[in-house]
Amino acid sequence: MSDTVITVENVSKRYHLGMVRHDTLRDRLTHAMRAPLNRLRGVVEPDPTEFWALRDINFEVKRGEVLGIIGRNGAGKSTLLKILSRITEPTTGRIRIRGRVASLLEVGTGFHPELSGRENIFLNGAILGMSRAEIRRKFDEIVAFAEVERFLDTPVKHYSSGMYVRLAFAVAAHLEPEILIVDEVLAVGDAAFQQKCLGRMQTVAHDGRTILFVSHNMDAMLHLCTHGILIEGGRIKSRGEPAAIVPVYLNTGMNHGTYEAQLDKGHGILRVTTELPTEARPDLVFVVMFRSEKRLNRPTLGVVVHSVAGAPLFGSNSLFHPWSGTTGPTAGGTAIVTFKEVPLWNGSYRASFWLSDDRRPVDALTDAVTFEVSSRHLPLGAPPPKEIGSVHVRGEWRIT
Amino acid sequence: MNPPVEEIPPPATVPELVLEAGRSDSHYWRDLWRYRELLGFLAWRDIKVRYKQTVLGVAWALVQPLITMVLFTFVFGKLAGMPSGGVPYPLVVLAGLLPWQLFSAAFSGSSGSLVSNANLVSKIYFPRLVVPLSALAVALVDFGIVVALYGVVSAWFGVWPTWRVALLPVFMFVALLIALGAGLWLTALTVRYRDFRFIVPFLLQVGVFVTPVGYRTDNLPNWRELLALNPLTGVVDAFRWCLLGDGVQFKLQLFGTSLLVALLLLATGLWYFRKTERTFADAI
Repeated sequence: MSDTVITVENVSKRYHLGMVRHDTLRDRLTHAMRAPLNRLRGVVEPDPTEFWALRDINFEVKRGEVLGIIGRNGAGKSTLLKILSRITEPTTGRIRIRGRVASLLEVGTGFHPELSGRENIFLNGAILGMSRAEIRRKFDEIVAFAEVERFLDTPVKHYSSGMYVRLAFAVAAHLEPEILIVDEVLAVGDAAFQQKCLGRMQTVAHDGRTILFVSHNMDAMLHLCTHGILIEGGRIKSRGEPAAIVPVYLNTGMNHGTYEAQLDKGHGILRVTTELPTEARPDLVFVVMFRSEKRLNRPTLGVVVHSVAGAPLFGSNSLFHPWSGTTGPTAGGTAIVTFKEVPLWNGSYRASFWLSDDRRPVDALTDAVTFEVSSRHLPLGAPPPKEIGSVHVRGEWRIT
Repeated sequence: MNPPVEEIPPPATVPELVLEAGRSDSHYWRDLWRYRELLGFLAWRDIKVRYKQTVLGVAWALVQPLITMVLFTFVFGKLAGMPSGGVPYPLVVLAGLLPWQLFSAAFSGSSGSLVSNANLVSKIYFPRLVVPLSALAVALVDFGIVVALYGVVSAWFGVWPTWRVALLPVFMFVALLIALGAGLWLTALTVRYRDFRFIVPFLLQVGVFVTPVGYRTDNLPNWRELLALNPLTGVVDAFRWCLLGDGVQFKLQLFGTSLLVALLLLATGLWYFRKTERTFADAI
């Protein structure tokens, strides 16, 4: 059972930043006009838009292994998974895969809001690569797993977000590939459902299937994975047993307390820089770059911090915690929000952002960034955050 | 039927998949066949969703050709006084509208298909050709409705089909090939340059006049060669030959030219689509 199913050799991936968002014909034309001119003048323009998302990645995965891939936002994890699932191809290097691959980069890809739960199960199943016969065979199991029996014929646009996510995961959980590639989908739903998903992953792993798994959830990493890879800046920084890798990852968090997330989905909120709390400065700071096509008369930003389980912990917006300084009509800018002495234990959190003009919504990004607090160790003898909660409020005890 | 997963042989006998730059080719056509169910599901989704939350529902597929028929009959038949060749003018128009509607639905559907399925393209692997192909299937459904309409109108005017109607599927197929060829070009280009989104409605607007939808080619012998460069001209002509009875000649040269242009369009469209396909997920 120790044959190699995935071999990754010297894989690199280059993006042109212009390619990330669609360039217009005009950009292309002006570039085409300028290039020969520059060549005449002997100017060699370095390509500032070039960017290596992955650099010289090498690893092997044997049959039955559960490989955890960790790293900060933008480290290249998702790019790696995209290459492995054949969505995009490597710029250099080669990957060899033996076995049927199913990849799950998002929960509910291709769900259509107008279609009923039943119809979406078939559609989503087909999109994930199941045959119609296979879906029919597993239909009842999927429905039972998702706990949506009563709403099977309701369009999913009327589902609560919890139901939606459960249904989506249920379809995915019943894929039976030899190699499963999963990106961060465990962190969905309520705690009970998450537990169920983790359980399902464990069964899949015990069946001898190979799993590649990207997550920010260190807990899942430690419990599920047999091997781990830490990626930083597009390169493999460390590899080995999860128990050895996770501390390395958490320590890098302490060294660089700041990281940026470029949000290619946002049309108003463009970039969020997160400054993590440290021992020296226990504040959590978000720096949000935003822009709007229409001028914002009264730019308003909001943020909510969630636990990985999805429970909102705290939040703020500039309506009830007003701006300091002038904010006048503007087409964009940079907003900074500081949460003083944020009382969070070590662990993963997510933050969602929204932008509005007074009360007219402009952009909203759910779970725009995921971050790790790693400077606050629980005092000796404290139960883990899973039991005691992730917010640290000091209790003063005395006996009378 | 795909084999159930459980029966897949152990990895040792599964062919190895190699991923490297410029090499996604080897299994492409086999994969396309494997993903035919997805093609069906995508078409089914689009058909299903189309008329949700509409009051008239499928009637919309009838309203458009009916109004166009009345309008063109008035403009070309009455105002411009184009000869109808002994056939009721509304039928001349409707017989031309059949392939035109098929083409325009298939063309606009397939040319927008990649961008409107961007969420799939950026998250899941499948041969990208599935997407524009499923748009063709959707167009076929609407076509079926218009054919039924034609049947009714034709019976109303007392024009009955001859044996020639049996050849209609051939010309229908050619219309789809043209739509696919053009659609492949535009959908691949739109992934990179959203400018091309604006070109499609414009092309269709011009196309309905450049194609002999509202008039017959018999009456413009001087223009015929030029018109034949538009591959749809041959198809529209062939449709009339199939449907309108003995009054219409089959113009082999005209149809041949159109077929040639159609094949050229398809071949280059496929070439460009396949060439750019592997960067779709990065560029979309």
